[in-house]
Amino acid sequence: MSSRFLTNCMIAAALLSPLAGCGHAGHSGDAVAAAAQAGTEGVIDSALAPGLNHTAITTDPRAAAYYDNAEAVNEGKRLFAQYNCSGCHSNGGGGMGPSLMDSEWIYGGRLEQIHQSLVEGRPNGMPSWGGKIPDKQLWEISAYVRSLSLPQTLAAQNGPTPSQTPAPVPRSADQDTGWAPPPGTTNDYGATTLGPHE
Amino acid sequence: MKTSLAALTLVLMSASALAQTVPEPVPVNEIFTAEQIGHGLSKPTPEAGKTAASPQNAPQDDGQWTMPSKNYASTRYSSLNELTPATVKQLQPLLSFSLGVNKGQEAAPIVADNTMYVVTAYPNYVYALDLAKPGAPLKWKFAPRPIPASQGVACCDVVNRGGSVDKGKYIFNTLDGQTIALDVKTGKPLWRTQLGNINVGESITMAPVVADGRVYVGNSGGELGVRGWVIALDEDSGKLLWKAYNTGPDKDVLIGGQFKPYYTSAKGTDLGVKTWPPDAWKIGGGNMWGWMTYDAELHTLYHGTGNPGPWNADQRPGDNKWTAGIFARDPGDGTAHWFYQFTPHDEHDYDGINEQILLDMPFGGSMHKVLVHLDRNGYVYVIDRTNGEVLSADPFGPVNSTKGVDLRTGRPIINPEKQTKLGETVRNICPTASGAKDWQPSSFSPRTGLLYIPHENMCMDWMNEQVNYIVGTPYVGALVHMKPGPGGNRGAVTAWDPVQRKPVWSIKENFPVWSGTVVTGGDLVFYGTMDGWFKAANARTGEILWKYKVDSGIIGQPISYKGPDGHQYIAVLSGVGGWSGAIVSGPVDPRDGSAALGMINVMSDLPKYTTAGGTLYVFALPH
Repeated sequence: MSSRFLTNCMIAAALLSPLAGCGHAGHSGDAVAAAAQAGTEGVIDSALAPGLNHTAITTDPRAAAYYDNAEAVNEGKRLFAQYNCSGCHSNGGGGMGPSLMDSEWIYGGRLEQIHQSLVEGRPNGMPSWGGKIPDKQLWEISAYVRSLSLPQTLAAQNGPTPSQTPAPVPRSADQDTGWAPPPGTTNDYGATTLGPHE
Repeated sequence: MKTSLAALTLVLMSASALAQTVPEPVPVNEIFTAEQIGHGLSKPTPEAGKTAASPQNAPQDDGQWTMPSKNYASTRYSSLNELTPATVKQLQPLLSFSLGVNKGQEAAPIVADNTMYVVTAYPNYVYALDLAKPGAPLKWKFAPRPIPASQGVACCDVVNRGGSVDKGKYIFNTLDGQTIALDVKTGKPLWRTQLGNINVGESITMAPVVADGRVYVGNSGGELGVRGWVIALDEDSGKLLWKAYNTGPDKDVLIGGQFKPYYTSAKGTDLGVKTWPPDAWKIGGGNMWGWMTYDAELHTLYHGTGNPGPWNADQRPGDNKWTAGIFARDPGDGTAHWFYQFTPHDEHDYDGINEQILLDMPFGGSMHKVLVHLDRNGYVYVIDRTNGEVLSADPFGPVNSTKGVDLRTGRPIINPEKQTKLGETVRNICPTASGAKDWQPSSFSPRTGLLYIPHENMCMDWMNEQVNYIVGTPYVGALVHMKPGPGGNRGAVTAWDPVQRKPVWSIKENFPVWSGTVVTGGDLVFYGTMDGWFKAANARTGEILWKYKVDSGIIGQPISYKGPDGHQYIAVLSGVGGWSGAIVSGPVDPRDGSAALGMINVMSDLPKYTTAGGTLYVFALPH
């Protein structure tokens, strides 16, 4: 654990009542090391990949533990309220911040992309939480946010407040390779028109 | 036929489960009648004189519109009378101008020296249009470039309520907390002063008041635990002259020997500290994001204060002074003269920042210098503005959170059945959090003696939730779901007689009326609707005489002015948004009724009626 992290964690703790957990030193140390490693490649946000005919994606090995993990989404739901994420994003429908329960992702909807947005913040008003909230908790919040738009979570809604029982994020949810032509279209970049024939 | 009906029912049911249909209106027997809860210190005495604004506060109309409120009295009355109930039927759009911003446009266009000035929602562009030339070409555009992150601390869309022209300057605020004075000739800044800090949750959305060589500004942030303040700047230099906080010790609030509140509950030392749990006043809101009024006759500044934070009132036992009330201050040094609290220990987000209209009015057999205030909590307050005494308080919208105002103590009579609770949903509270009326300003006609109130008819379910304070993030702590008030019309424009203390007519609207009104010398009232109609009503009867469909819903402030050719013009901004229009202007999902602080529950159908936009419209008779 770096001294910077310790300081920020203490600030976060001082701001929170009741006191939020600051995570275990071992977890946080791992997280910082992994973040440094992931930082060398970054997390791709854009579907525009010059020269490729499909979207390039990055995978962060730290995300793996948060798939198919019911505890992670439940803990993420609790933290989402505790850290006032709900103040802007409501119960997923948004308000001051954008909705998180639809299929539109401004900065990417894969688990590691959501985590990256939490760590870095985003220029139009999303605060940066890296170093202020323990990284394990940021992953749990990410898992909850990823869960909000899952068909399973949406189907569990009953009444005017979205589901309070978020479904775990199946590994398959993020296994598509990003952008591809919509169903029913032909993936033929070389298409030319022949004819008209006599 | 049978099959398709069954299918339709199924669709409706599933939509209902996802909160995509508007809830049922609150039954009429849930609210109190005006007879039950309206109170006045005396019976109406209209024979004592005619209601009007004083000439110091409402000088003879020069045909311009230099401040959002038209004049210091805030009557929003234009004496122009080319447009009448007979001629208005020929009213036509003359020009439109895209603002380049598709967010809620709440500002009033400003007209001075044959130039029109418009400030947009974030990123707060300012346009100057030359009214003397055909098509009103652009003279200049100023882009202040507020920091984009300021959008993340704006509670209820990224709106701006306008600027003012005075002494060759156009003065306005930016979302990220600047006050800027532009040279009206060049559009270049003469000064810009940073007043707010987004990293503690501060933003600025209000229209500055310019008077007496000073610029008066207040901050927003009542949903982020921001401590409210009001500031005066020197009009020539932008330098800070004084700053008064709306919570905390007397020295910060500028309460001293001059402070003479009318009611006992406002008397004492450091009530801005003592009426809170320890240190809670530091993060207690009381922001001034609505209307301030400068009284040129009594040399007094009046300003409301916003809701206390957090919304969860269980976390802040006490009166929470000086939130949800109104101050009278010395404009020179900010010293407080009196204070009145509309809603002590607010439990329902009833900010006190709505407009004050300064009138001379008959009451109790003689003429009084009053201010009329239409509060979020649902009452029309007529207050003696010389001393802060409430002369009458009557409901103008659906009310059941209180059972009237006790005029001996000045305190609202709390209805315990509608008090909010931790972990328990209290249903059908009226008015809703955004109030029987929000910031959208009323107008007053000296010809009819009536106020023209644009307002809401909405109620809500509310559950308190424990909330942590984390600096710079929302500090709310309530799960809210709004719903239509009795009758189901979510809005109305009501003509109100302040002397007789009753409505004269009311126009029902499907959506909350979130635009201001303007009333003219031709006895016409103009207002816009959230589904995009701009309307003219007969000021005496409420009959709709003319309407025109614009590109997007209207939540701005219409004006009436005299053009360079001597003819009467009407102008308004379209561009739906604001708190009530977030479902259209923001990336919000209708399936979450609690979204946008519970507003989405009652506005989920708005996207069927309008889309985001942002356009200046000018109307005139053919000539």
